[in-house]
Formats: sequence, C-alpha cells, structure tokens
Amino acid sequence: MHHPKNVEQTLAPHPSAETATIVVALAGQPNVGKSTIFNALTGLNQHVGNWPGKTVERKTGSCTYRDRHLDLVDLPGTYSLTANSVEERIARDYILHEQPDVVVAVVDAAIPERSLYLLAELLQLPAPVVLVLNMMDVAAQEGVQVEPQVLQAALGIPVVPMCATKNQGLQNLLDAILNVVDGVFPYEPRRPVILPAHQAILEQLITLIADVVPASYPPDWVALKLLEGDEEVVALMQAALPPPVWKQVHDILYHHEDAILDVAGARYAWIARMTRAAVVRPKVGQMGLTARLDRGLTHPVWGTLALLGVLGIVFWLTYAVGTPLQEGLDELIQHLVTMLHDSLHGMPHWLVDLLSDGLLGGAGMVITFLPILVIFFAVLGFLEDTGYMARAAYIADRFMHAMGLHGKSFMPLLLGFGCNVPAILGSRIIETQRARRLTILLAPLIPCAARMAVVAVLTPVFFGKEAAWVAWALVAVNLGLLAVIGIVFNRLVLKGEQSMFIMELPLYHLPNARTIGLYVWQNVIAFLRKAGTVILTASVIVWLLSYFPANGDVMQSYLAWIGRALSPLGSALGLPWPVMVALLTSFVAKENTIATLGVLYGDFATVLPTLLAPSAALGFLVVQMLFIPCVATVAAIRQETQSWRWTALSLGMMLGISLGAGFLVYRIGMLI
Amino acid sequence: MVPLTALNPGQVGLIHQLRGGHRFVSRLAALGFTPGAPVEVMRNHGFGPLIVAVRGAQVALGRGEANHILVYVQEETDAPSEKR
Repeated sequence: MHHPKNVEQTLAPHPSAETATIVVALAGQPNVGKSTIFNALTGLNQHVGNWPGKTVERKTGSCTYRDRHLDLVDLPGTYSLTANSVEERIARDYILHEQPDVVVAVVDAAIPERSLYLLAELLQLPAPVVLVLNMMDVAAQEGVQVEPQVLQAALGIPVVPMCATKNQGLQNLLDAILNVVDGVFPYEPRRPVILPAHQAILEQLITLIADVVPASYPPDWVALKLLEGDEEVVALMQAALPPPVWKQVHDILYHHEDAILDVAGARYAWIARMTRAAVVRPKVGQMGLTARLDRGLTHPVWGTLALLGVLGIVFWLTYAVGTPLQEGLDELIQHLVTMLHDSLHGMPHWLVDLLSDGLLGGAGMVITFLPILVIFFAVLGFLEDTGYMARAAYIADRFMHAMGLHGKSFMPLLLGFGCNVPAILGSRIIETQRARRLTILLAPLIPCAARMAVVAVLTPVFFGKEAAWVAWALVAVNLGLLAVIGIVFNRLVLKGEQSMFIMELPLYHLPNARTIGLYVWQNVIAFLRKAGTVILTASVIVWLLSYFPANGDVMQSYLAWIGRALSPLGSALGLPWPVMVALLTSFVAKENTIATLGVLYGDFATVLPTLLAPSAALGFLVVQMLFIPCVATVAAIRQETQSWRWTALSLGMMLGISLGAGFLVYRIGMLI
Repeated sequence: MVPLTALNPGQVGLIHQLRGGHRFVSRLAALGFTPGAPVEVMRNHGFGPLIVAVRGAQVALGRGEANHILVYVQEETDAPSEKR
C-alpha cells in the first residue's frame, strides 16, 4: 500500500497536555444516530446556532470525563466529503481548518458497507478517527452481524460498538477518544488507495500542485479531490496555480472526467476488503423487520391508506389531547389577569390595563398554544425517529410531483400545521433552490394551530351547529389553493431544473425518548422566543393604539382611525371596520384576531352575528385563513430565501389571494 | 443494457453507467451506485418513485433519476455479486 509521507506525519496522534480541552468532532452520514450520541454525551449542555454565514444548524456542547474536558461539535450529516452541498463543505472545512483532536465517525452497523464510505473519506484527512458502530441492536434485528474487534484489527483505528438509544457504549467511546489523544492506542490506520490505473495520474497531479497547496490542505487529498471533480477544490487550484501549470492540470482532469466513479468504486472495494472478515450479511431470503413493515407501508395503495391513517392519528392526538389543556390554560391566564388587575389597585388606570391586559394577556394567549405545539412536535418527532417519515415522503412524492415539489417537501409542509415558522426553517432539507423556494411560498397556505384556534372560536359564533363543516371547508379551501398555486407556479412561472429526488429510507428502529424530547424542546423554545419578543412587543403596541389618545375609549383610538381608513375595503367585503382592524392585527400573530375583536366589541360572540351577514362572515373567515403570514413567518421567509423580492412576492400573493377569495365568497354568498 | 426503471420488483441489475451532470453522478457514487455494484429494485409500479436496495441500504429514486442509471439485468437465480 502506498502512503504519501506528509500525511503520515500530520496524522500521528499528538499527546496533548492532560489539562487541555479536547476538541471532538462528530461526523456521520444522515440517519446513523449521530445526534443521539451527541445528545447522550452532552445532555442539555449544548448550544444550537448556525454555522457562520450559513443556514445550516450548528450544535456544540461539552462534557467532562475522567477529569478531562471535552468540547463536542456535531458536524452536519453527509454521505461524502465532496463539495456537492453546503453541509459537505462545512464538515470538511471544519476538519481541515479547525483541526479537531479527534473525529468520531459514526456508522450504522446495520448498513456497514454504505455508511463506511464516509470513513474512507475521513481517513484521507489529517485528524485521527475513532469509529463508532452505532445501532448494533438494529443490525441484529435486520440479521446483520458485525465483529468490532475484527474490524478494528483490519482498520487499525479504535472501533467502538454502541447502542446510543439505550445509552450503551458511551464510556467505551470516551475511553477510546482519550486513548487516541494520549497516544495509548497504537493508531495505524489502513487508508483506501486509488485504483492502480490512476496511481500515476494522482502522483503527477501531486507534483504539479505541491508548491501552491495551502498549509492546512494535504496535497494528496487535494489531488484526489481534483480527480473527483470537486468544484470547490478545482476553483481553489485554478486561482492558485500559474496559468501554464493549471493548463496541464486541466488537461489531465479533462481526460479523466469520469474518474469520480473509479475513485468511489475504489473506496467501496476498500470497504469490501475491510469488512470481509468482520461482517456477516443475512442469508438470501431472510427478511428483516424493515422489509416486512415496508411490504405494507411503501405499497402504493396500502401505504397511502396507512399515511392517511397516521395523519388522522397525528391531528386527533394533537387536538383531542391539546384542546382541553389549552382551554384550561386559557382560564388560568384569565384568572391571573384578573388577579393582577386587582392587586394593582390604586395605580394609574392606564398602567394597570397595560400590564394586565396588554402584557400578561398578550403573552398568555401565546402560551396557551404550548400544549398543542408540544403534542404535535412530539408525535412528529416520534415518527421521524422511528424512520417512518421517509416512507411518508416516498408515498407523498406521487402527489407532490404535479406541484413541482417532491417527497422531501412533505415534512416541512406537515410541520406547518403546528406553526409556519418551523415549516419554513424545515425546508432546508430540500436540496434544489427551486423546490425549496416553492415549498416556502406554499407553506403559509397551511393553516397553523393559531389560525385553527381562531376558526375554532369564530365558526360556532357565526354558524352554530354547522361550525364543524364550515371549519373543514375552510381547511379544504386552503389546501386546494395550495395545490392550484403549486401547479400554476410549477407550469408557468418557475421554469427550469426539475428537482432531484434521491432519498435514503432508513431502517426502522425503536424511537429514543431523549431524542424526541430534545426535538420538542428546540421547536418549542424557538416558538417561545418568538412569543417573548415579537408577539409581546406587538401586542403591547396594539394595546397602546387601542387605548390612546382617548384614554380607553376604543372608538376614538388610533386603532379606530386606522380601521376607518380601511372601511372602503371593508365595505367591499361586507365587513365593519373593527373586523378589518382585527384582521390587520393578525399580522402580528394570528391569534390576535380574537383578542382584538374582544377589545373592540367586548362580548363579540353576541354582537358579531347581528353585524355580519352569513356570506360576509364566511368571507371574513376565508380571508382570515389566507391572510398574509404573521410577522415571525415573514422574518423566517426572509431569512431562508435571503431575498426581499421573494419575501415581497410571498406577502403580495397571500394578500391578493385572501382578499380576492374573501370578496368572491361574499359576493357569491349574496346572490344565493 | 436498460435503465433501472425497466426492472421489475425483485430483479437485480449490475450498474453499467450513470448518465447526468457531475453533481448527480457524484451524489449517486457516494450512495454506492458505482459501476459493477448490484442494485435490487424493491418497488417500481410504473409511476411514482422507485425504491432500490444498494450496498445494504434502501434508497428512493425519482423516475427521472432512475432513468439515468443504466444496468445489465442479472438473472434472478444468481446471487448478487460484485463484478470487479
């Protein structure tokens, strides 16, 4: 085997001082349970942010073991380290430039062959690697046997069997990390080699580029990435090399354009050699749990029915369990508002109202949504963690194709039923910009929990016993419009590349409570942060506008002025000005509609039906369901699209659709 | 030599060629779609995406993507083996 000398030197484990912090990077392909290991090691001692300048989540954390301090970085899950995606660039740039003390490569023991591909790439970078064979339990369930010691002997690096969902093997992993850092483990990795046919070309490339390769890049790695046609490395070398030398490099690459397949093939051949003695695959005909479940769950007919059933259960659980809790919390907060009101007796009247009604009432209303959101995210986290979500995306792909979306848009759109903000953030998983932007454009049409709450309060006010049917029809209007707009944009507006659909279906496994818990926690924290800042500020502003300048007389307030200015539009829709104001304040947070109606009308449940004709009421509800997304959603759209034009398009579209649809419903209703 | 979409569920093809842009080829190569690798079609219903098994993992592929993967159909009696 051939090893270039310079890599050997940089790869030698360097014993560090016993007191120094050990920096550990976690690398692995998607779905190998990397986050579960990260969570198990760091617990709540972690920080979630973004990688600098990127919309990719960055998780860091720390732990202490045997009086040693470890800083952990969870690298994005990637299948390889070629610059095909932002995630891959982040992962390899981190290892190259930040030089962690140890890289922990996590592989799925149930699919050792495929998931070792990333290890083959990691071993070509200058950082010592500890291999984790995770999901040993899933491997057993699928009939795959892996011998960690045999694999360790073959690879020459520490191999730790784990079952992170059951907290098994964590100590062994930490010991292995320390042993590598302290030089106790004889670290002698056997690296993949390129096919003999390409060896001479690789040597030639190394000689040509050796003088200009930046210090943090191993020259043989750069040469290999050139041969793989890595866009970023090609650009780097083109800029660094003198033109005549670049011409030579370019000619070599041009003649070996398809070398990527040979390089990848050689890595898989290396994996086959490494695992020959260590892995026993199931006998032909032996069916693992995944294959048995998928006979039904990915079937075009049964799978679709199963998906509908699962969705039914998700919403039933969310609302059947969540709604009573929400109502209970609501009563509690009303009670607290009254108590605060009483306890502040003697202070200026406007201050008492501001603190109790504006501040506590505004924040409290947001908090009442917590039970619904917690249950919804917990159920989705459960489905995601078992591996079912990928099947749902596979089934949904058939239906989403006509809209220019594909299966991967399914999960973000589903999240939208809880809150549109995570739906828009969740669109990151879609690789092509076209499909991602289309998903972001359509997401606000998904009725979120807050809009459903408004509908739940207002439909009985207007339609009594028929309320449930009206509510269903309103949801159907939203989803129908989503389909129509998707198809129109796909056919007429957004021409161009069709989105690639390549998605792994992970093996089914038992979900982990901690993983689901953290999933819920992070989503809820994001919601509360929004509630604590944007919504709170805005509800105080709305209160101030409704109180001044007439010291509490709403009819003479600034809010009333704004409403009266809108009355021409209101009369076209058959809506009195306070209803228009309620609609306007829903821009701050959808649930504000109810609060504003309460401020302007007092007991709106008895007043409103006398003011609005049924057709106007229906039109109002349609507008409410389709109105411009709330402020937090708009901020998320701007952040994820990085484009004001796109954000404006989204806002304009929703405004046009909502007013147009409301007008149509009102006018048609008048005729009937 | 046929595109992967021509295979019925249960049939195994040995990959001959990937047709497409560099990114497409690079992504599929990382997932184990390299020349000589056996690919078993698990689901192919004439419309909608396929599910295939490659290198021990299951991957869903859109029909467009699967059409760009050319394979030699392997006799169903043969056990899958790497041709290398």
